[in-house]
Amino acid sequence: MPKDTGIGARSKRREDIRFLTGRGAYTDNLAMQGQVHAVMVRANVAHGRIVSIDTSAAQAMPGVLAIFTGADFADVGGNPAGWLIHSRDGSPMREPKRPVLAHGKVRHVGDAYAAVVAETYEQARDAAEAVAAGTEIEELPAIVGMAGAVANADNRVHDEIPDNLCFDWGWIEDNRDAVDAAMKAAPHVTTLELVNNRLVPNAMEPRASIGEFNPGTGDYKLTTTSQNPHLTKLLVCAFVLGIPEHKLTVVAPDVGGGFGSKIYHYGEEALVLAAAKKLGRPVRWTAERSESFLTDAHGRDHVTTIEVGATLDGEILAIRTNTLANVGAYLSNFSTVTPTFLHGTLMAGPYKVPHVYVNLKAVFTNTAPVDAYRGAGRPEATYSLERAIDKMARELKLDPVAVRRKNLLTPDQFPYTTPVGLVYDVGNYQATLDKALDMADLAGFEARAAKSRAEGKLRGVGLSTWIEACGIAPSHLVGQLGSRVGLYDAATVRVGATGTIQVMTGAHSHGQGHETVFAQVVADKLGIAEAAVEIVHGDTSKIPFGMGSYGSRSLAVCGSAMDRALDKIIAKGKKIAAHMLEAAEGDITFENGSFSVAGTDKAKSFGEIAFSAYVPHNYPLETLEPGLEETAFYDPNNWTYPAGAYLCEVEIDPDTGKVTICSFTCADDFGNVMNPMVVEGQVHGGVAQGIGQALVEHTAYDENGQLLTASYMDYAMPRADDLPFYQVDHSCVTPCSHNPLGVKGCGEAGAIGSPPAVVNAVIDALHRGGMTQVSHIDMPLTPARVWAAMQV
Amino acid sequence: MTQVTMTVNGKTVSGQVEGRTLLADFLREDLRLTGTHIGCDTSQCGACIVHVNGNAIKSCTALAADLDGAEVRTIEGMANADGSLSVIQQAFQDHHGLQCGFCTPGMVMTASALLKENPKPSEVEIRAYLEGNICRCTGYHNIVKAIMAASGQDVSAIAAE
Repeated sequence: MPKDTGIGARSKRREDIRFLTGRGAYTDNLAMQGQVHAVMVRANVAHGRIVSIDTSAAQAMPGVLAIFTGADFADVGGNPAGWLIHSRDGSPMREPKRPVLAHGKVRHVGDAYAAVVAETYEQARDAAEAVAAGTEIEELPAIVGMAGAVANADNRVHDEIPDNLCFDWGWIEDNRDAVDAAMKAAPHVTTLELVNNRLVPNAMEPRASIGEFNPGTGDYKLTTTSQNPHLTKLLVCAFVLGIPEHKLTVVAPDVGGGFGSKIYHYGEEALVLAAAKKLGRPVRWTAERSESFLTDAHGRDHVTTIEVGATLDGEILAIRTNTLANVGAYLSNFSTVTPTFLHGTLMAGPYKVPHVYVNLKAVFTNTAPVDAYRGAGRPEATYSLERAIDKMARELKLDPVAVRRKNLLTPDQFPYTTPVGLVYDVGNYQATLDKALDMADLAGFEARAAKSRAEGKLRGVGLSTWIEACGIAPSHLVGQLGSRVGLYDAATVRVGATGTIQVMTGAHSHGQGHETVFAQVVADKLGIAEAAVEIVHGDTSKIPFGMGSYGSRSLAVCGSAMDRALDKIIAKGKKIAAHMLEAAEGDITFENGSFSVAGTDKAKSFGEIAFSAYVPHNYPLETLEPGLEETAFYDPNNWTYPAGAYLCEVEIDPDTGKVTICSFTCADDFGNVMNPMVVEGQVHGGVAQGIGQALVEHTAYDENGQLLTASYMDYAMPRADDLPFYQVDHSCVTPCSHNPLGVKGCGEAGAIGSPPAVVNAVIDALHRGGMTQVSHIDMPLTPARVWAAMQV
Repeated sequence: MTQVTMTVNGKTVSGQVEGRTLLADFLREDLRLTGTHIGCDTSQCGACIVHVNGNAIKSCTALAADLDGAEVRTIEGMANADGSLSVIQQAFQDHHGLQCGFCTPGMVMTASALLKENPKPSEVEIRAYLEGNICRCTGYHNIVKAIMAASGQDVSAIAAE
């Protein structure tokens, strides 16, 4: 019987009530007493030298309170990169300053070089236009394509960086010669050049920030659309504005989706704080959608050549990749780790591969910064690998399913150390593959294909077997790899005198449903009602210092911290119970919400113990502090490794090239599942984003660096009628071996596993239709691209 | 500035608006009904959908000054009189038809309009009707399912219950 409460239950989400009734507290929904409005003035050219900014006309306009330019922030710090990457030659990456407002040069369309604050939004906007009109920018040639950027030493995004190269990274450099030798000796080498198309994350809530300053206390407050308020606070305080850490509160209230784009600190957050200080009034800024397109950190944008060396019966001998990765005009906070350690370390996939080498060059261009977007590096690795393996199978006339089966690690091979630096702790990749094949009724495919043929359509099926590294991350390891932060998380469990509970988490929910799911975990462990548990997140003045939510880390890392804190609560509860029950502490057991003396009927309920902790009349005060509140920090000792198999079935209309997704099947191993309903929802959303990448989404800059796809008129978001119902299963479970809940994380899987399954299915359909000359089509597989490929 | 008076969620409200004030901004800024969300600037996303005189419209496409005398319903007016969730709202919760919640008000308003026009829509009809509402979180699976359930259809056979 499925449980109806606690771990494993399909508990309905408590946060839904406020969202369904229009009571969500999203940043732009909040009105502050005396608030004024900021509008950013943004570059309309991709690359230019700021000659002059004349703000006098704007200054004289009605309602204008202040105008800021880059000069106002020339003396404060820059927004730093979170990871220091070293090039193959040992040199540190090039790390240009990323200012609050552009100063001297603008480096991408949308780069803010000034900001206007006025009494009303309309006044600020009118004045921002006047500032733009008063600004002279000498346009410079735009650096857009990556290959051109590194080849052209004279045209520089940053004057001090001669070849626009951030770093040239090898992983693992010591593997290089062995890989080259293995590749040379391989009986067959498959080579594939592919583009991992640039995407705009497009959380439905545009970014927004409100700065406040209290002149009476010197306290600042930033309310902002963030996935990790403590990280934003640290960046603002320690790096950008120098506000003493104890004088700034950062609140990330209800946040309408993130997908990575709201991990990072953005200049607008510093701007509203500085403006609030100057004016003594709350200053708010909300992005228009077009500003989100221009300035939210984008995702992906790799150009890769992958080679797979194999035996003639499809055993993988070596993998080698060469990639150019776009980092855009500035280094966003995690832009340097995303294409490196979140990408190169996954290049062995779920396979037993003796030799792997990854080379990646990160390139500055006059485009928006690129950073982690749902999956972050792992989708890029998975796409390269799963496309190349499919191509290899096709070239060797082998069954793609059989080739994967031949190379998949088997359950007895764990723990398995990959040649790219990870130790997979546990898994059963055959189980998820078998499950997916069964769910998708692969045996019935030929009949369905015949039916499609009869209707003049082409039908194909595509597979990907994927793995990712989540639960980011062991601090001691990431420190060795260049991380400038720790990646533990933290939770405080506060038991009230009446036995109800608040849990303050470092993790932040922006759609994931932590308020419900974390409460299930607490209720299960303490044997109390879910309704007696409240999850508090997002406010740095309330929560312990945690690193927020991204990289499918919330339960695996913060949930583990919470579990540890609950252990401490139970341990203290046993001491209290031992005193009250006049028994030895070692004789006290805790089960189903009751502390009892083993072998007797003497017991105290959790509520009684909580009450005693706060009204300590019969309490061991000489040895135990009153109160019942515990904090735990948890630093994982490994990544977690969710894995699975995805099958996509498509139909192509040969007259138009339009691809229709007929079915999409996911068999995932996420370890233990806390709330299946929420997990399935995460997979649905991730798959939709992956199908979006594969079929419709594309970020296009023209040769002048103008973003051609800067609105929903031009950037195709997947809509309801582009997508099917998905078949999702998570019953193949190998619990994570190293965290207390046995969880692996499920937030990114869908976006990682799905793009190659879709593209493999399209290529399969074309081959079955006789178009065996088509070995690859770059995403997105729009009707135009598919149709064009069919005409060759 | 123009004086407008309209009925919003059953209450008569009035305000002074500029000619350029959109209904979405009038609702959010003047009436502080912030459940109507603004997710884009090209009338594509559907987060701002409300009912005006019984029709679902994107409130970013209507000028408040044009709507003197109109009857407007927003997400804040969708619950039952006793404050409990309406059938559609309850179906969204029951079937996990929302995650971050930002597109949700528009989805509920659209679903309500659809079921008024078509009390038992098919999956294909629902997906077509949602063409003007973008969701980034759910992949639409559970939204479509919730709307089918709200219309009294058996959704137990749909994958991934």
